[in-house]
Amino acid sequence: MHELTLARSLVEMAVDYAERNGATRVTRISVRLGVLAGILRSLYFCFEPATKGTRCEGAVLDIEEVPLSVHCGYCQEIKTPRALYNFRCPTCGRPTPKVVTGREMQLVGIELDGGRAAPARGRPAQAPAASAGEPAR
Amino acid sequence: MCGVCGCGEGEARIEGKPAHAHAHSDHRPAHDGHDHDHEHAHDHAHDHGAASALGAGPGEPSGTGRWVEIERDILSKNRDLAEQNRRRLTQGGVLAINVMSSPGAGKTTLLTASIEALKGGQPIAVIEGDQETSRDADRIRATGAPAVQVNTGRGCHLDAHMVGHALDRLPLEPGSVLFIENVGNLVCPAAFDLGEARKVALLSVTEGDDKPIKYPDMFMAADLMILTKIDLLPHVDFDVGRVIDHARAVNDRIEVLELSARTGAGMERWLEWIRRAVRPLLEERAAAAERELSALKARLDAAE
Repeated sequence: MHELTLARSLVEMAVDYAERNGATRVTRISVRLGVLAGILRSLYFCFEPATKGTRCEGAVLDIEEVPLSVHCGYCQEIKTPRALYNFRCPTCGRPTPKVVTGREMQLVGIELDGGRAAPARGRPAQAPAASAGEPAR
Repeated sequence: MCGVCGCGEGEARIEGKPAHAHAHSDHRPAHDGHDHDHEHAHDHAHDHGAASALGAGPGEPSGTGRWVEIERDILSKNRDLAEQNRRRLTQGGVLAINVMSSPGAGKTTLLTASIEALKGGQPIAVIEGDQETSRDADRIRATGAPAVQVNTGRGCHLDAHMVGHALDRLPLEPGSVLFIENVGNLVCPAAFDLGEARKVALLSVTEGDDKPIKYPDMFMAADLMILTKIDLLPHVDFDVGRVIDHARAVNDRIEVLELSARTGAGMERWLEWIRRAVRPLLEERAAAAERELSALKARLDAAE
């Protein structure tokens, strides 16, 4: 599987944005993964090794899971199939190869520590306490 | 990976040499003209006191840091490089076919048979992807066609960056067919766009007719499914009707061909499929050349 490739791409993108924003550390990375991306939880295992020695080391990984939905051309409606990879309309039983949601693999955003436009409002920057590989939920 | 072009930090090798043997500055102009960023950096400090107390949900800022909203595909770098490859190939009038399957489905055998059959017609070149060894590229070169071997090391698939570097090493005349033989793997290669014009998934009849629903990503991504080794059909419980039903259940526009590269059965339809795909590319390339010629002639007239 290519979780490690994805984890590296993710970290690389986050590092890139951190550099451009003049931040020294990324404290949180938020991603959106469709159930068809087939990686979900396994990304947690690859995430920590991929962050080693980068500005993302120690960052928390948040994964938002997007369920599968398909468009049934016959019912003209968006439906939720009974099972993953069962691309049939649960109502009429016809094939529904048009996937509407569930294939997402997106970097939603990152939280930065340090750099320009650092948080003001009198609150001291805290060291990130949470460790990578630990789901936020 | 290198932050400029996405070069891997060492695993991928092309013809035994690291893929990343160029200076980073080589890449800059291409990337600068082609930045698909959609950054929405919010340069304001949120007061996330409430969020911290409750524990942040996914996608929400949590603490003291500065939140930068990005909303970008994780594979966007690969996609951008794939688009560069695609432009380069299309403009050059080259038909690139990404050939994918599990190991042992007969990719290299089909390619050597196709090269022999197409010889004298279309010029052919091959990019061979394997984790290790140059055995497949050697088999291709034995047919007389130019081939570049990419070794992915631990990598389970080819990506657009490796293919981009491999393209630099191949003679690609207009009207060429470029076969990109991916790493034998029915899962990962489906996720990586290489810039090809067509994706072809091979499935040998010894593998079982339920593969399209067990490995749906591959058959969802493919334009064409080729059932290989059909000379073995009498010896196996493989239902051709059922495999086509399964493939269409995940991809209603997938084309299907059946052949045996060993006996030659069904080969002519596959070769015709290739020629049909090359023709529009070559026509477009010829039209572009004519436009260029007219422009040059007009300039020549003006200079007289």
